[in-house]
Amino acid sequence: MTKRQQQQLVRAALYAVFVLAVLAILVIADWDTIQRNFFNVEIARDMFPEVITIAARNTLLYTALAFSFGLAFGLLLALMRLSTIRPYRWLATVYIETFRGLPALLTIFLIGQGIPIAFGTRWPILLNITLGLGIVAAAYMAETIRAGIQGVHKGQMEAARSLGMSYTRSMMSIVIPQGFRIIIPPLTNELVLLIKDTSLLFVLGTTPQTKELLKFGRDLLNTRFNATPLIVVGGVYLMITVPMTQLVRVLERRNARSR
Amino acid sequence: MTTPSKADATADRSGDALPAIDVRQLHKYFGELEVLKGIDFHVDRGEVVCVIGPSGSGKSTLLRCINRLEDPTDGQILIEGDDITDVDADVDALRSRIGMVFQSFNLFPHLSVLRNLTIAQRRVHKRSRHEARKVAEHNLERVGLLEKIDAFPAHLSGGQQQRVAIARALSMDPDMMMFDEPTSALDPELVGEVLAVMRDLASEGMTMMVVTHEMSFAREVADRIVFMDEGVVVEDGPPEQLITDPQHERTRRFLKVL
Ligand SMILES: Nc1ncnc2c1ncn2[C@@H]1O[C@H](COP(=O)(O)OP(=O)(O)OP(=O)(O)O)[C@@H](O)[C@H]1O
Ligand SMILES: [Mg+2]
Repeated sequence: MTKRQQQQLVRAALYAVFVLAVLAILVIADWDTIQRNFFNVEIARDMFPEVITIAARNTLLYTALAFSFGLAFGLLLALMRLSTIRPYRWLATVYIETFRGLPALLTIFLIGQGIPIAFGTRWPILLNITLGLGIVAAAYMAETIRAGIQGVHKGQMEAARSLGMSYTRSMMSIVIPQGFRIIIPPLTNELVLLIKDTSLLFVLGTTPQTKELLKFGRDLLNTRFNATPLIVVGGVYLMITVPMTQLVRVLERRNARSR
Repeated sequence: MTTPSKADATADRSGDALPAIDVRQLHKYFGELEVLKGIDFHVDRGEVVCVIGPSGSGKSTLLRCINRLEDPTDGQILIEGDDITDVDADVDALRSRIGMVFQSFNLFPHLSVLRNLTIAQRRVHKRSRHEARKVAEHNLERVGLLEKIDAFPAHLSGGQQQRVAIARALSMDPDMMMFDEPTSALDPELVGEVLAVMRDLASEGMTMMVVTHEMSFAREVADRIVFMDEGVVVEDGPPEQLITDPQHERTRRFLKVL
Protein backbone atom coordinates (compact mmCIF):
# COMPACT_ATOMS: atom_id res chain seq x y z
CA MET A 1 0.00 0.00 0.00
CA THR A 2 1.34 3.41 -0.87
CA LYS A 3 1.59 6.16 1.68
CA ARG A 4 -1.18 8.03 -0.10
CA GLN A 5 -3.53 5.07 0.07
CA GLN A 6 -2.79 4.69 3.78
CA GLN A 7 -3.72 8.30 4.40
CA GLN A 8 -6.97 7.91 2.50
CA LEU A 9 -7.85 4.83 4.53
CA VAL A 10 -7.30 6.68 7.80
CA ARG A 11 -9.47 9.53 6.65
CA ALA A 12 -12.26 7.15 5.61
CA ALA A 13 -12.10 5.44 8.99
CA LEU A 14 -12.40 8.79 10.80
CA TYR A 15 -15.47 9.70 8.78
CA ALA A 16 -17.01 6.30 9.53
CA VAL A 17 -16.51 6.78 13.28
CA PHE A 18 -18.24 10.15 13.08
CA VAL A 19 -21.24 8.80 11.17
CA LEU A 20 -21.60 5.85 13.54
CA ALA A 21 -21.49 8.12 16.59
CA VAL A 22 -24.20 10.37 15.19
CA LEU A 23 -26.36 7.38 14.34
CA ALA A 24 -25.88 5.88 17.79
CA ILE A 25 -26.96 9.13 19.45
CA LEU A 26 -30.01 9.38 17.21
CA VAL A 27 -31.07 5.80 17.98
CA ILE A 28 -30.24 5.64 21.68
CA ALA A 29 -31.42 9.09 22.73
CA ASP A 30 -34.96 9.48 23.98
CA TRP A 31 -35.93 12.43 21.82
CA ASP A 32 -39.33 12.91 23.35
CA THR A 33 -37.91 13.27 26.85
CA ILE A 34 -35.14 15.55 25.66
CA GLN A 35 -37.50 17.82 23.87
CA ARG A 36 -39.95 17.97 26.78
CA ASN A 37 -37.24 18.73 29.33
CA PHE A 38 -34.82 20.92 27.47
CA PHE A 39 -36.66 22.48 24.56
CA ASN A 40 -40.14 22.96 25.88
CA VAL A 41 -41.61 25.73 23.73
CA GLU A 42 -44.40 26.56 26.15
CA ILE A 43 -42.09 27.09 29.11
CA ALA A 44 -39.69 29.06 26.95
CA ARG A 45 -42.50 31.32 25.79
CA ASP A 46 -43.57 32.02 29.39
CA MET A 47 -40.11 33.39 30.15
CA PHE A 48 -40.59 36.36 27.85
CA PRO A 49 -40.37 39.25 28.17
CA GLU A 50 -38.94 39.06 31.74
CA VAL A 51 -35.85 37.13 30.70
CA ILE A 52 -34.86 40.17 28.67
CA THR A 53 -36.42 43.10 30.52
CA ILE A 54 -35.31 41.96 33.96
CA ALA A 55 -32.71 39.20 33.82
CA ALA A 56 -30.60 40.22 30.82
CA ARG A 57 -30.92 43.86 31.77
CA ASN A 58 -29.62 43.15 35.27
CA THR A 59 -26.75 41.04 33.96
CA LEU A 60 -25.68 43.89 31.71
CA LEU A 61 -26.15 46.50 34.43
CA TYR A 62 -24.05 44.54 36.93
CA THR A 63 -21.38 43.95 34.31
CA ALA A 64 -21.27 47.65 33.48
CA LEU A 65 -21.01 48.65 37.14
CA ALA A 66 -18.26 46.15 37.93
CA PHE A 67 -16.37 46.94 34.73
CA SER A 68 -16.41 50.69 35.35
CA PHE A 69 -15.22 50.24 38.89
CA GLY A 70 -12.61 47.69 37.80
CA LEU A 71 -11.32 49.94 35.05
CA ALA A 72 -10.97 53.04 37.22
CA PHE A 73 -9.47 51.21 40.18
CA GLY A 74 -7.37 49.01 37.89
CA LEU A 75 -5.86 52.10 36.28
CA LEU A 76 -5.01 53.47 39.70
CA LEU A 77 -3.39 50.15 40.69
CA ALA A 78 -1.45 50.03 37.41
CA LEU A 79 -0.09 53.53 38.01
CA MET A 80 0.84 52.53 41.55
CA ARG A 81 2.70 49.49 40.24
CA LEU A 82 4.68 51.75 37.92
CA SER A 83 5.28 54.38 40.60
CA THR A 84 8.80 55.25 41.67
CA ILE A 85 7.57 55.25 45.27
CA ARG A 86 8.25 51.82 46.66
CA PRO A 87 5.38 51.46 49.19
CA TYR A 88 2.85 52.18 46.44
CA ARG A 89 4.40 49.56 44.21
CA TRP A 90 4.43 47.12 47.06
CA LEU A 91 0.82 47.79 48.04
CA ALA A 92 -0.45 47.39 44.48
CA THR A 93 1.45 44.13 44.03
CA VAL A 94 0.01 42.66 47.21
CA TYR A 95 -3.51 43.67 46.19
CA ILE A 96 -3.20 42.28 42.68
CA GLU A 97 -1.66 38.97 43.74
CA THR A 98 -4.19 38.52 46.54
CA PHE A 99 -7.35 39.02 44.55
CA ARG A 100 -6.12 37.14 41.52
CA GLY A 101 -5.21 34.23 43.76
CA LEU A 102 -8.56 33.97 45.58
CA PRO A 103 -11.74 32.41 44.20
CA ALA A 104 -14.05 35.22 43.05
CA LEU A 105 -16.83 33.69 45.11
CA LEU A 106 -14.85 34.18 48.31
CA THR A 107 -14.54 37.92 47.64
CA ILE A 108 -18.24 38.16 46.89
CA PHE A 109 -19.12 36.39 50.13
CA LEU A 110 -16.71 38.62 52.00
CA ILE A 111 -18.36 41.78 50.71
CA GLY A 112 -21.95 40.53 50.80
CA GLN A 113 -21.93 38.66 54.09
CA GLY A 114 -18.63 39.15 55.90
CA ILE A 115 -18.94 42.92 56.11
CA PRO A 116 -22.61 43.02 57.25
CA ILE A 117 -21.81 40.51 59.98
CA ALA A 118 -18.71 42.37 61.09
CA PHE A 119 -20.11 45.90 61.09
CA GLY A 120 -23.83 45.28 61.28
CA THR A 121 -24.44 47.56 58.32
CA ARG A 122 -26.20 46.65 55.10
CA TRP A 123 -24.93 48.36 52.01
CA PRO A 124 -27.24 48.88 49.06
CA ILE A 125 -27.30 45.79 46.85
CA LEU A 126 -25.84 47.62 43.86
CA LEU A 127 -22.82 48.69 45.90
CA ASN A 128 -22.28 45.10 47.05
CA ILE A 129 -22.48 43.94 43.46
CA THR A 130 -20.10 46.61 42.18
CA LEU A 131 -17.53 45.87 44.85
CA GLY A 132 -18.01 42.10 44.91
CA LEU A 133 -17.16 41.73 41.24
CA GLY A 134 -15.19 44.96 40.74
CA ILE A 135 -12.54 44.30 43.37
CA VAL A 136 -11.42 41.15 41.59
CA ALA A 137 -11.86 42.66 38.12
CA ALA A 138 -9.61 45.58 39.13
CA ALA A 139 -6.82 43.17 40.03
CA TYR A 140 -6.91 41.52 36.61
CA MET A 141 -7.35 44.75 34.70
CA ALA A 142 -4.47 46.41 36.57
CA GLU A 143 -2.06 43.90 35.07
CA THR A 144 -3.51 44.35 31.60
CA ILE A 145 -3.35 48.14 31.85
CA ARG A 146 0.19 48.05 33.19
CA ALA A 147 1.27 45.93 30.23
CA GLY A 148 -0.44 48.43 27.93
CA ILE A 149 1.30 51.42 29.47
CA GLN A 150 4.65 49.67 29.36
CA GLY A 151 3.99 48.73 25.75
CA VAL A 152 4.07 52.40 24.76
CA HIS A 153 7.53 53.32 23.49
CA LYS A 154 9.42 55.24 26.15
CA GLY A 155 10.31 57.92 23.59
CA GLN A 156 6.67 59.03 23.81
CA MET A 157 7.00 59.97 27.45
CA GLU A 158 10.36 61.63 26.77
CA ALA A 159 8.99 63.66 23.87
CA ALA A 160 6.07 64.83 26.00
CA ARG A 161 8.34 65.72 28.92
CA SER A 162 10.80 67.51 26.63
CA LEU A 163 7.95 69.81 25.58
CA GLY A 164 7.51 70.78 29.21
CA MET A 165 4.47 68.68 30.06
CA SER A 166 4.43 67.28 33.60
CA TYR A 167 4.63 63.56 34.31
CA THR A 168 0.90 63.34 35.09
CA ARG A 169 -0.04 65.40 32.03
CA SER A 170 2.15 63.27 29.76
CA MET A 171 0.68 60.09 31.21
CA MET A 172 -2.89 61.27 30.75
CA SER A 173 -2.60 62.88 27.32
CA ILE A 174 0.07 60.82 25.61
CA VAL A 175 0.89 57.46 27.20
CA ILE A 176 -2.43 56.19 28.57
CA PRO A 177 -4.48 56.85 25.40
CA GLN A 178 -1.93 54.88 23.39
CA GLY A 179 -1.74 52.14 26.02
CA PHE A 180 -5.49 51.70 25.97
CA ARG A 181 -5.50 51.30 22.23
CA ILE A 182 -3.17 48.32 22.61
CA ILE A 183 -5.25 46.69 25.34
CA ILE A 184 -8.76 47.02 23.94
CA PRO A 185 -8.77 43.34 22.88
CA PRO A 186 -7.65 41.91 26.25
CA LEU A 187 -9.98 44.32 28.07
CA THR A 188 -12.90 43.10 25.97
CA ASN A 189 -11.95 39.55 26.94
CA GLU A 190 -12.10 40.58 30.56
CA LEU A 191 -15.50 42.10 29.95
CA VAL A 192 -16.73 38.73 28.64
CA LEU A 193 -15.38 36.98 31.73
CA LEU A 194 -17.13 39.55 33.87
CA ILE A 195 -20.45 38.95 32.12
CA LYS A 196 -20.19 35.29 32.98
CA ASP A 197 -19.07 36.03 36.54
CA THR A 198 -22.26 37.97 37.23
CA SER A 199 -23.78 34.49 37.59
CA LEU A 200 -21.96 34.22 40.93
CA LEU A 201 -23.93 37.14 42.33
CA PHE A 202 -26.88 34.96 43.36
CA VAL A 203 -25.09 34.39 46.67
CA LEU A 204 -25.77 38.01 47.59
CA GLY A 205 -29.47 37.21 47.80
CA THR A 206 -31.85 38.65 45.25
CA THR A 207 -35.37 39.92 44.94
CA PRO A 208 -37.49 39.20 41.84
CA GLN A 209 -36.44 42.58 40.49
CA THR A 210 -32.68 42.10 40.98
CA LYS A 211 -32.26 38.60 39.50
CA GLU A 212 -29.63 38.24 36.81
CA LEU A 213 -29.81 35.68 34.02
CA LEU A 214 -28.58 32.55 35.74
CA LYS A 215 -30.58 33.06 38.94
CA PHE A 216 -33.65 33.78 36.83
CA GLY A 217 -33.20 30.52 34.93
CA ARG A 218 -32.39 28.46 37.99
CA ASP A 219 -35.49 29.64 39.90
CA LEU A 220 -37.69 28.65 36.98
CA LEU A 221 -35.92 25.30 36.79
CA ASN A 222 -37.02 24.68 40.36
CA THR A 223 -40.60 25.93 40.02
CA ARG A 224 -41.36 24.38 36.62
CA PHE A 225 -39.22 21.31 37.26
CA ASN A 226 -37.83 21.55 33.75
CA ALA A 227 -34.41 22.40 32.25
CA THR A 228 -35.70 24.55 29.40
CA PRO A 229 -35.14 27.84 31.29
CA LEU A 230 -31.43 27.04 31.54
CA ILE A 231 -31.25 26.49 27.78
CA VAL A 232 -33.01 29.80 27.17
CA VAL A 233 -30.78 31.85 29.47
CA GLY A 234 -27.78 30.03 28.00
CA GLY A 235 -28.90 31.25 24.59
CA VAL A 236 -29.17 34.81 25.89
CA TYR A 237 -25.64 34.63 27.35
CA LEU A 238 -24.30 33.48 24.00
CA MET A 239 -26.15 36.24 22.17
CA ILE A 240 -24.22 38.72 24.31
CA THR A 241 -20.82 37.03 24.56
CA VAL A 242 -20.25 35.55 21.10
CA PRO A 243 -20.44 38.90 19.25
CA MET A 244 -17.97 40.29 21.78
CA THR A 245 -15.42 37.51 21.35
CA GLN A 246 -15.77 37.94 17.60
CA LEU A 247 -15.17 41.65 18.03
CA VAL A 248 -12.00 40.86 19.97
CA ARG A 249 -10.80 38.72 17.09
CA VAL A 250 -11.37 41.55 14.60
CA LEU A 251 -9.63 44.07 16.85
CA GLU A 252 -6.66 41.76 17.41
CA ARG A 253 -6.27 41.24 13.70
CA ARG A 254 -6.40 44.98 13.11
CA ASN A 255 -3.85 45.63 15.86
CA ALA A 256 -1.54 43.01 14.40
CA ARG A 257 -1.75 44.67 11.01
CA SER A 258 -1.09 48.21 12.27
CA ARG A 259 2.20 47.15 13.91
CA MET B 1 14.75 83.52 6.43
CA THR B 2 13.23 86.48 8.24
CA THR B 3 15.82 89.15 8.80
CA PRO B 4 14.38 90.59 12.06
CA SER B 5 15.00 87.43 14.08
CA LYS B 6 18.54 87.24 12.76
CA ALA B 7 19.09 90.81 13.86
CA ASP B 8 17.59 90.03 17.28
CA ALA B 9 19.92 87.12 17.73
CA THR B 10 23.01 89.10 16.86
CA ALA B 11 21.94 91.87 19.19
CA ASP B 12 21.50 89.28 21.93
CA ARG B 13 24.92 87.84 21.34
CA SER B 14 26.71 91.12 21.53
CA GLY B 15 24.57 92.65 24.27
CA ASP B 16 24.76 89.80 26.76
CA ALA B 17 27.80 87.70 27.50
CA LEU B 18 25.91 84.97 29.38
CA PRO B 19 26.21 81.69 27.46
CA ALA B 20 22.98 79.91 26.48
CA ILE B 21 24.31 76.62 27.80
CA ASP B 22 27.14 76.40 30.28
CA VAL B 23 28.19 72.93 31.41
CA ARG B 24 30.68 72.71 34.26
CA GLN B 25 32.46 69.57 35.43
CA LEU B 26 29.50 67.37 34.50
CA HIS B 27 29.67 63.77 35.65
CA LYS B 28 27.09 61.13 34.88
CA TYR B 29 27.06 57.56 36.14
CA PHE B 30 24.72 54.76 35.15
CA GLY B 31 25.21 52.56 38.18
CA GLU B 32 28.94 51.81 38.21
CA LEU B 33 29.46 52.99 34.64
CA GLU B 34 30.87 56.50 34.34
CA VAL B 35 29.52 57.81 31.05
CA LEU B 36 30.40 61.51 31.36
CA LYS B 37 33.74 62.16 33.05
CA GLY B 38 33.81 65.85 33.85
CA ILE B 39 32.50 67.73 30.83
CA ASP B 40 33.25 71.45 30.51
CA PHE B 41 31.50 72.96 27.59
CA HIS B 42 29.40 75.94 26.55
CA VAL B 43 27.20 77.19 23.75
CA ASP B 44 26.80 80.93 23.23
CA ARG B 45 23.55 82.53 22.19
CA GLY B 46 22.92 82.23 18.47
CA GLU B 47 25.73 79.75 18.13
CA VAL B 48 25.47 76.41 16.30
CA VAL B 49 27.59 73.68 17.88
CA CYS B 50 27.87 70.22 16.36
CA VAL B 51 28.90 67.33 18.59
CA ILE B 52 30.63 64.37 16.98
CA GLY B 53 32.22 61.24 18.37
CA PRO B 54 32.14 57.46 18.27
CA SER B 55 29.15 55.42 19.41
CA GLY B 56 28.91 55.17 23.18
CA SER B 57 31.04 58.26 23.81
CA GLY B 58 28.20 59.94 25.74
CA LYS B 59 26.86 62.45 23.19
CA SER B 60 23.20 61.55 23.76
CA THR B 61 23.70 61.43 27.50
CA LEU B 62 25.16 64.95 27.46
CA LEU B 63 22.19 66.25 25.49
CA ARG B 64 19.73 64.44 27.73
CA CYS B 65 21.35 65.84 30.87
CA ILE B 66 20.97 69.36 29.52
CA ASN B 67 17.19 69.09 29.54
CA ARG B 68 17.16 66.78 32.53
CA LEU B 69 15.85 63.69 30.74
CA GLU B 70 18.77 62.25 32.70
CA ASP B 71 19.76 63.52 36.12
CA PRO B 72 23.40 64.59 36.24
CA THR B 73 25.35 62.82 38.97
CA ASP B 74 27.65 65.74 39.67
CA GLY B 75 28.52 69.15 38.27
CA GLN B 76 26.52 72.12 37.09
CA ILE B 77 24.49 73.01 34.03
CA LEU B 78 23.48 76.67 33.59
CA ILE B 79 20.82 77.54 31.05
CA GLU B 80 21.08 81.28 30.46
CA GLY B 81 22.44 81.59 33.94
CA ASP B 82 19.84 79.42 35.69
CA ASP B 83 21.26 76.37 37.42
CA ILE B 84 19.07 73.47 36.31
CA THR B 85 20.83 70.90 38.46
CA ASP B 86 19.43 72.77 41.46
CA VAL B 87 16.91 70.57 43.28
CA ASP B 88 14.45 73.47 43.32
CA ALA B 89 14.70 74.05 39.58
CA ASP B 90 11.36 73.96 37.77
CA VAL B 91 12.20 71.18 35.33
CA ASP B 92 9.02 71.51 33.26
CA ALA B 93 9.49 75.24 32.73
CA LEU B 94 13.13 74.62 31.87
CA ARG B 95 12.27 71.96 29.29
CA SER B 96 9.79 74.18 27.49
CA ARG B 97 12.70 76.59 26.85
CA ILE B 98 14.79 73.86 25.22
CA GLY B 99 13.46 72.26 22.04
CA MET B 100 14.46 68.63 21.63
CA VAL B 101 14.50 66.62 18.40
CA PHE B 102 15.04 62.88 18.65
CA GLN B 103 16.55 60.37 16.27
CA SER B 104 13.30 58.42 16.20
CA PHE B 105 11.07 61.53 15.77
CA ASN B 106 8.72 60.47 18.62
CA LEU B 107 5.66 62.14 17.17
CA PHE B 108 2.47 61.25 19.03
CA PRO B 109 0.91 58.67 16.67
CA HIS B 110 -2.61 58.97 18.09
CA LEU B 111 -2.79 62.71 17.42
CA SER B 112 -3.01 64.66 14.17
CA VAL B 113 -0.11 66.87 13.13
CA LEU B 114 -2.03 69.90 14.39
CA ARG B 115 -2.65 68.33 17.80
CA ASN B 116 0.98 67.21 17.98
CA LEU B 117 1.93 70.86 17.68
CA THR B 118 -0.75 72.35 19.93
CA ILE B 119 -1.10 69.93 22.86
CA ALA B 120 1.90 71.20 24.82
CA GLN B 121 1.27 74.82 23.85
CA ARG B 122 -2.17 74.57 25.36
CA ARG B 123 -1.18 72.61 28.47
CA VAL B 124 2.13 74.28 29.26
CA HIS B 125 1.86 77.79 27.82
CA LYS B 126 -1.92 77.88 28.41
CA ARG B 127 -2.49 79.28 24.94
CA SER B 128 -6.01 79.42 23.57
CA ARG B 129 -7.01 76.95 20.88
CA HIS B 130 -6.96 79.74 18.32
CA GLU B 131 -3.59 81.10 19.35
CA ALA B 132 -2.00 77.64 19.47
CA ARG B 133 -3.30 76.89 15.99
CA LYS B 134 -1.82 80.14 14.68
CA VAL B 135 1.59 79.24 16.10
CA ALA B 136 1.32 75.69 14.73
CA GLU B 137 0.46 76.95 11.25
CA HIS B 138 3.35 79.39 11.32
CA ASN B 139 5.85 76.66 12.27
CA LEU B 140 4.48 74.11 9.82
CA GLU B 141 4.95 76.72 7.15
CA ARG B 142 8.56 77.16 8.26
CA VAL B 143 9.24 73.45 7.70
CA GLY B 144 7.19 73.43 4.50
CA LEU B 145 4.42 71.11 5.69
CA LEU B 146 1.40 73.33 6.20
CA GLU B 147 -0.66 71.13 3.87
CA LYS B 148 -0.14 68.16 6.23
CA ILE B 149 -1.77 69.90 9.19
CA ASP B 150 -4.63 67.38 9.43
CA ALA B 151 -2.59 64.27 8.57
CA PHE B 152 -1.62 61.62 11.08
CA PRO B 153 2.08 60.81 11.64
CA ALA B 154 1.76 57.29 10.21
CA HIS B 155 0.84 58.79 6.84
CA LEU B 156 4.02 60.90 6.61
CA SER B 157 7.43 59.90 5.32
CA GLY B 158 10.31 59.78 7.79
CA GLY B 159 11.65 63.09 6.57
CA GLN B 160 8.25 64.72 6.92
CA GLN B 161 7.83 63.27 10.41
CA GLN B 162 11.14 64.71 11.49
CA ARG B 163 10.24 68.13 10.06
CA VAL B 164 6.94 68.00 11.97
CA ALA B 165 8.90 67.08 15.10
CA ILE B 166 11.07 70.16 14.56
CA ALA B 167 7.95 72.31 14.08
CA ARG B 168 6.50 70.82 17.26
CA ALA B 169 9.56 71.80 19.26
CA LEU B 170 9.59 75.28 17.69
CA SER B 171 5.95 75.81 18.63
CA MET B 172 6.97 76.10 22.27
CA ASP B 173 9.08 79.16 21.33
CA PRO B 174 12.26 77.63 22.76
CA ASP B 175 15.38 79.68 23.36
CA MET B 176 17.52 76.89 21.93
CA MET B 177 17.18 73.63 20.00
CA MET B 178 18.91 70.30 20.60
CA PHE B 179 19.11 67.64 17.92
CA ASP B 180 20.19 64.07 18.67
CA GLU B 181 21.19 62.50 15.36
CA PRO B 182 18.09 63.86 13.65
CA THR B 183 18.82 62.22 10.29
CA SER B 184 20.28 58.87 11.37
CA ALA B 185 16.98 57.01 11.13
CA LEU B 186 16.18 58.38 7.67
CA ASP B 187 16.55 56.89 4.22
CA PRO B 188 19.44 58.69 2.49
CA GLU B 189 17.17 60.49 0.01
CA LEU B 190 15.19 62.06 2.90
CA VAL B 191 18.17 63.43 4.83
CA GLY B 192 18.48 66.57 2.71
CA GLU B 193 15.04 68.01 3.46
CA VAL B 194 15.63 67.80 7.21
CA LEU B 195 19.09 69.31 7.01
CA ALA B 196 17.66 72.13 4.87
CA VAL B 197 15.18 73.00 7.62
CA MET B 198 17.97 72.97 10.19
CA ARG B 199 20.14 75.15 7.97
CA ASP B 200 17.30 77.71 7.77
CA LEU B 201 16.93 77.65 11.53
CA ALA B 202 20.65 78.26 11.98
CA SER B 203 20.59 81.19 9.59
CA GLU B 204 17.70 82.69 11.55
CA GLY B 205 20.00 82.84 14.54
CA MET B 206 18.63 79.94 16.59
CA THR B 207 20.97 78.60 19.25
CA MET B 208 21.55 74.98 18.28
CA MET B 209 23.36 71.92 19.58
CA VAL B 210 23.45 69.11 17.07
CA VAL B 211 24.76 65.58 17.55
CA THR B 212 25.42 64.38 14.03
CA HIS B 213 27.47 62.23 11.73
CA GLU B 214 26.78 64.56 8.78
CA MET B 215 30.25 66.08 8.49
CA SER B 216 29.45 68.23 5.47
CA PHE B 217 26.52 69.77 7.36
CA ALA B 218 28.70 70.35 10.42
CA ARG B 219 31.41 71.92 8.32
CA GLU B 220 29.01 74.25 6.54
CA VAL B 221 26.62 75.24 9.34
CA ALA B 222 28.44 74.88 12.66
CA ASP B 223 30.24 77.71 14.38
CA ARG B 224 32.11 75.11 16.42
CA ILE B 225 32.56 71.38 16.39
CA VAL B 226 33.05 69.43 19.60
CA PHE B 227 34.65 65.99 19.46
CA MET B 228 33.76 63.67 22.33
CA ASP B 229 35.27 60.31 23.16
CA GLU B 230 34.80 58.04 26.18
CA GLY B 231 32.92 60.63 28.20
CA VAL B 232 35.26 63.58 27.75
CA VAL B 233 35.44 66.52 25.36
CA VAL B 234 38.64 65.79 23.48
CA GLU B 235 38.65 68.76 21.14
CA ASP B 236 36.55 71.85 20.58
CA GLY B 237 37.13 74.31 17.77
CA PRO B 238 36.01 75.95 14.51
CA PRO B 239 34.97 73.40 11.84
CA GLU B 240 37.71 74.16 9.36
CA GLN B 241 40.44 73.77 11.93
CA LEU B 242 39.00 70.70 13.65
CA ILE B 243 38.41 68.86 10.41
CA THR B 244 41.50 69.79 8.45
CA ASP B 245 43.96 70.14 11.29
CA PRO B 246 42.85 68.14 14.37
CA GLN B 247 45.13 68.62 17.36
CA HIS B 248 44.58 65.22 18.94
CA GLU B 249 45.40 61.74 17.78
CA ARG B 250 41.94 60.43 18.79
CA THR B 251 40.20 63.10 16.70
CA ARG B 252 42.41 62.27 13.75
CA ARG B 253 41.62 58.58 14.02
CA PHE B 254 37.87 59.22 14.29
CA LEU B 255 37.79 61.53 11.29
CA LYS B 256 39.74 59.03 9.22
CA VAL B 257 37.30 56.13 9.76
CA LEU B 258 34.26 58.34 9.13
N1 LIG C 1 19.86 54.47 30.62
C1 LIG C 1 21.08 53.92 30.56
N2 LIG C 1 21.44 52.97 31.45
C2 LIG C 1 22.67 52.42 31.41
N3 LIG C 1 23.62 52.75 30.53
C3 LIG C 1 23.32 53.69 29.62
C4 LIG C 1 22.05 54.32 29.59
N4 LIG C 1 22.04 55.22 28.58
C5 LIG C 1 23.26 55.16 28.01
N5 LIG C 1 24.04 54.24 28.63
C6 LIG C 1 25.44 53.93 28.31
O1 LIG C 1 26.14 55.14 28.31
C7 LIG C 1 27.13 55.15 27.30
C8 LIG C 1 26.97 56.39 26.44
O2 LIG C 1 25.74 56.32 25.76
P1 LIG C 1 25.22 57.47 24.81
O3 LIG C 1 23.91 57.03 24.29
O4 LIG C 1 25.29 58.77 25.49
O5 LIG C 1 26.30 57.43 23.65
P2 LIG C 1 26.28 58.16 22.25
O6 LIG C 1 27.58 58.89 22.16
O7 LIG C 1 25.03 58.93 22.08
O8 LIG C 1 26.31 56.94 21.24
P3 LIG C 1 25.57 56.74 19.85
O9 LIG C 1 26.40 57.42 18.81
O10 LIG C 1 25.53 55.26 19.68
O11 LIG C 1 24.19 57.33 19.98
C9 LIG C 1 26.97 53.86 26.53
O12 LIG C 1 27.94 52.96 26.98
C10 LIG C 1 25.60 53.39 26.91
O13 LIG C 1 25.55 51.99 26.90
MG1 LIG D 1 23.29 58.73 20.86
